Amino acid sequence: MIVADKKPIEEIIEDLKNYSKILILGCNECVTVCEAGGKKEVGILASALRMYFLNKGKEIKIDEITLERQCDHEYLEEIRDSVDKYEAVLSLACGVGVQFVAEKYQSIPVHPGVNTCFLGVTEKRGLWTERCQACGKCMLSKTAGICPVSRCAKRLLNGPCGGSTKGKCEISKELDCAWQLIVDRLKMLGKMDDFENIIPLKDWSTDRAGGPRKVAREDVQL
Amino acid sequence: MNCKTPSKLEKILAAGHFAVTSECGPPRGSDISHIEHKANLIKNHVDAINITDNQTSVTRLCSLAACIKLKLMGLEPVLQMVTRDRNRLAIQSDILGAASFDIFNLLCLSGDHQSFGDCAQGQNVHDLDSMQLIQTARHMRDEGKFLGGADIERPPKMFVGAAANPFADPFEIRVPRLAKKIAAGVEFIQTQCIYNLDKFELWMKMARDRGLHEKVYIIAGLTPLKSAGMAKYMKNRVPGMDVPDEVVKRMSDTPKEKQSDEGIKICIESIQRLKEVEGVKGFHIMAIEWEEKVPEIVESAGLYPRPVID
Repeated sequence: MIVADKKPIEEIIEDLKNYSKILILGCNECVTVCEAGGKKEVGILASALRMYFLNKGKEIKIDEITLERQCDHEYLEEIRDSVDKYEAVLSLACGVGVQFVAEKYQSIPVHPGVNTCFLGVTEKRGLWTERCQACGKCMLSKTAGICPVSRCAKRLLNGPCGGSTKGKCEISKELDCAWQLIVDRLKMLGKMDDFENIIPLKDWSTDRAGGPRKVAREDVQL
Repeated sequence: MNCKTPSKLEKILAAGHFAVTSECGPPRGSDISHIEHKANLIKNHVDAINITDNQTSVTRLCSLAACIKLKLMGLEPVLQMVTRDRNRLAIQSDILGAASFDIFNLLCLSGDHQSFGDCAQGQNVHDLDSMQLIQTARHMRDEGKFLGGADIERPPKMFVGAAANPFADPFEIRVPRLAKKIAAGVEFIQTQCIYNLDKFELWMKMARDRGLHEKVYIIAGLTPLKSAGMAKYMKNRVPGMDVPDEVVKRMSDTPKEKQSDEGIKICIESIQRLKEVEGVKGFHIMAIEWEEKVPEIVESAGLYPRPVID
């Protein structure tokens, strides 16, 4: 999923302080799972903002809506009739949702309410970690199912570097060395011989480097 | 092994001499006389001088400019190049730039992570890794072609090196990783600083068991310790560094004013012992901001005078 984290409320207040009618728009997908932008977080943030502005003696109307998704026309259409009532939308969806709201409702300012962080997993409640950088050309079959692009701090395709120490990355003792994980798993799979296959220069044109990307599938287009 | 490049370092190794290399870190400013001064301290005692490339991710005068300076002084530079700061376009371009000044040695590295240095908020590039940089340099030299396939007019003639760290984890892949670098085309290796000689000897034995010592020139890396504090710092704070307790103890047990002498002594003893290890073909003395000690180490280790090669 797309993992997001809460934005500091001071930053949000700075963005919103000149409005008097705001819609806080949650998303029921990834940001709900990572507890940053779902219905619950919309409610908590709305209460906190109401309290803040009340204490400042500022009258402000804050409404709350959480959509099934903000990255699909279908669900974003649900606010078409009501969105004009507001001076601004604070979207708690990932950056994708924020932008799709902005694209669809061009006359209304949209502000982000979360920081979009990465594509990752829930390791346990309250801990999410990165797994994928969407490079557009998956090579996990060559690296024992562990991605060096997203999990090695230097995205070394032929690691580990000389900084790998006791299973940890040179940049932090908290961070697993991706190549230690790859070696451990190659061993477990009885495929250590694969370690010596040199992974050639990667074609990064399908990555961010190639410019904004699209997937166009004629077979499923209506 | 026959020589494939005009590199003096390659010729010395091919002739069967122990090679001696050292390194100079460029200054944090544009006064190139720093490099000139450091190089003058060591030039008669080493065969080639590495110029580090923004080591520990701290911004410095660029390696290529400092190498050109050495070349203009009639010395033999080893251009260190990290993949952290350049994409394949810049890498090929810098290699050509170096080749245009007849810089004949290249050390291919990935580089420390930028979070260690003065640009912790910057991007890193890592378009290639060190293995692929080796491949790129060899491709440009041997095929005379760019990565894009076009011919290079006057291809670079670089003797291609890389680093190896026998002390990083996981240990069991350290020799396979050396084999991988050899398969990628590396011709000489300069190792991480060796303090744990037993572990280094084990690594060398494992390399010999696969015949790797006959496929690549292995140059053993050494850094003399200036103080007990430095020994502890290297042991505890530098990733991938292995300083055994007995080395730290030996430095700590020495009175403070004699610790630097003891560090030099340890370095010389290490070279003496490593000379006997089959497959060690030279020594890379990284006397960090202590270049003036290199001549003493080289002489005391019996590596002086340096061979004269045409």
